[in-house]
Amino acid sequence: MKAAILRERSGALLLVSPVLVFMAVFFLWPLWAMVTAAFVDDAVSKVLPRTAASIVSWDGQGIPSGAAHKALVQDLTAATDEQALGEAVRRLNSAASGFRTLLGRTIPAVKAASDPAQVDLLTVDPRWKDTRFWVALKEAMPPYTDRNILAAVDMKRDGSGSIVLEGADASAHRLIMLRTLLVAAMVTIACAAIGLPYAMLAASLTGWKRSVLLLAVVLPLWTSLLVRTAAWFILLQNEGLINRALQAIGLIDSPLPLIFNRLGVVIAMTHVLLPFMVLPIYSVILGIPRNLMSAAQSMGAGPVRAFWRVLLPLSLPGLLSGSLLVFMVAIGYYITPALLGGANDQMISSVIAFYATGTANWGLAGALGLILLVVTTVLYTIYGRFSTSSQVPGA
Amino acid sequence: MFRALQFTFGAAIVIFLLMPIFAILPLAFTSSVFLNYPIPAYSMRWMHELTTADVWRTSIVNSLIIGGGATVFATVLGTLASLGMRKGALPMVGLLRTLFLLPMVVPAVVLGVGMQIFLVRLGLASTYLGVIIAHAVLCIPFVIVSVSAALQGIDPSIERAASSLGAPPVTVFRRVTLPLAIPGVVSGAIFAFATSLDEVVLTLFVAGPNQRTLARQMFSSIRENINPTVAAAALLLIIGTLCLGGLAALLRWRQKRSALETAPSAI
Repeated sequence: MKAAILRERSGALLLVSPVLVFMAVFFLWPLWAMVTAAFVDDAVSKVLPRTAASIVSWDGQGIPSGAAHKALVQDLTAATDEQALGEAVRRLNSAASGFRTLLGRTIPAVKAASDPAQVDLLTVDPRWKDTRFWVALKEAMPPYTDRNILAAVDMKRDGSGSIVLEGADASAHRLIMLRTLLVAAMVTIACAAIGLPYAMLAASLTGWKRSVLLLAVVLPLWTSLLVRTAAWFILLQNEGLINRALQAIGLIDSPLPLIFNRLGVVIAMTHVLLPFMVLPIYSVILGIPRNLMSAAQSMGAGPVRAFWRVLLPLSLPGLLSGSLLVFMVAIGYYITPALLGGANDQMISSVIAFYATGTANWGLAGALGLILLVVTTVLYTIYGRFSTSSQVPGA
Repeated sequence: MFRALQFTFGAAIVIFLLMPIFAILPLAFTSSVFLNYPIPAYSMRWMHELTTADVWRTSIVNSLIIGGGATVFATVLGTLASLGMRKGALPMVGLLRTLFLLPMVVPAVVLGVGMQIFLVRLGLASTYLGVIIAHAVLCIPFVIVSVSAALQGIDPSIERAASSLGAPPVTVFRRVTLPLAIPGVVSGAIFAFATSLDEVVLTLFVAGPNQRTLARQMFSSIRENINPTVAAAALLLIIGTLCLGGLAALLRWRQKRSALETAPSAI
């Protein structure tokens, strides 16, 4: 008997293992790679190990002693991996501008020298007298850094190593996070305000009327997100259908600004996310025994009171899980704000995408991504607790 | 009075939900170079542009290649996993299921950054294989949900009956379980393909210019220089997904009916 269970179990494991391996390699590992990109900072120390060992003892005043110069020359002579060297140069240049040209002159000179031990950096390029470059070199040496995660929340370490706030003009990550939460909250409230009465209406109807209402919710779910976004572009633009119609009936003289602003983003996101609000509420309401309302009324409650004291409280779980779902999806939204929003409506996803694809600053993209991932995971855990049904977003 | 209010509200929201989809379709046949109303005259010029212009045609082909590849990966892996998780023989099945569904939850941009870093390290960035793998990760949950639901609908007594009549496990699987699960597998594959077809964010991160998909091409077209080709592409996508959705609905309906038919005989 035991052998049979064991056989069944190993058979099941055999079936599950391909996906398990696939997900571990192509889902968990990339997420881990993103997290480590935020904290690992070994591009320089990997290429310049001797310099790293030598520069530790330097106090940051003036320029380091000759030993550090020798170590750097040795490291540069030994550096053969062009790609790793390029990474190191990029990292140093982002810390102290001008480092790229400085190394661009130093590296060939060092490699061309017949006896590297005789090379004097100060004669190769007088810029090596500049403390700025040596400080950047020293600060790039520790293999782990909290620079990215601090920068993600607009903080940094000052010269003495204590954590301080970044200047208000230097970065705007907090502002963008706040905006992300604000837009997501606006969308959630709009979805709840429309979705709750809509789901109640759909549940109270029967026959074809209910089918029409439900079909109107499900059909957009089946339509490509790009199509819906392009469609809102057509409707909202200055010469779009909405402005044309309003002008035609004489309500407005000049087109209302509906696109490339917050209003456009909220309208389009509400449209996209409304099904995620309606469906959970609807399924909860369907589970409420029909005779409860009539029972309340038979005991003397008016329709308003029966609604307020019976139907509404009982549909709250649906409202709650719908709201969590909408909010959770909204904070990670990228496409709609990117296409319908203005410069002041970009949410955290746009910033992450900008750092990753625009400037290849994976450290900062990873740190911001980590924050978004943590917030989403927390919301998802709460959602899992609240929603009893195993409804899956998008399915 | 209350009735009228209810009707107005319901109608307004139905219009809000459906209007965008119906507003974009006629523009696929406009003769104007602008993507807005009124339509001066109807013409096929933008449909023609969609099927002949190089960027658009290659993006359609790319979408089919990448969607097909991702669907195969996701369907095979997802079906195997659903079969493995079916009987509850494994410890911590709940945890596994949560893990497999996570790609639906993790924000696409977060997964995109991780994928980009990871695929660059593997040397798979800007390759078809890389994009197909990235899409497959997103598609697997849909296959697992669909196939698991189909497997759950199979009455275990049918399989027991088959083995009691002397069929070895492999035969039971091949002749009983698999045929009953096939509709779920196919509709999972359809979900997977539709997901890949509509995926933009991961594609932005991991695809090079040679792997531009239709959705990706629509994204840059809307962003940079919107013209009625977008409406033509939208029409194509809507028709495509409606066909796929209809197919999935048909399969689910047939599955329900066959379940109803087999149920009495199984008792």
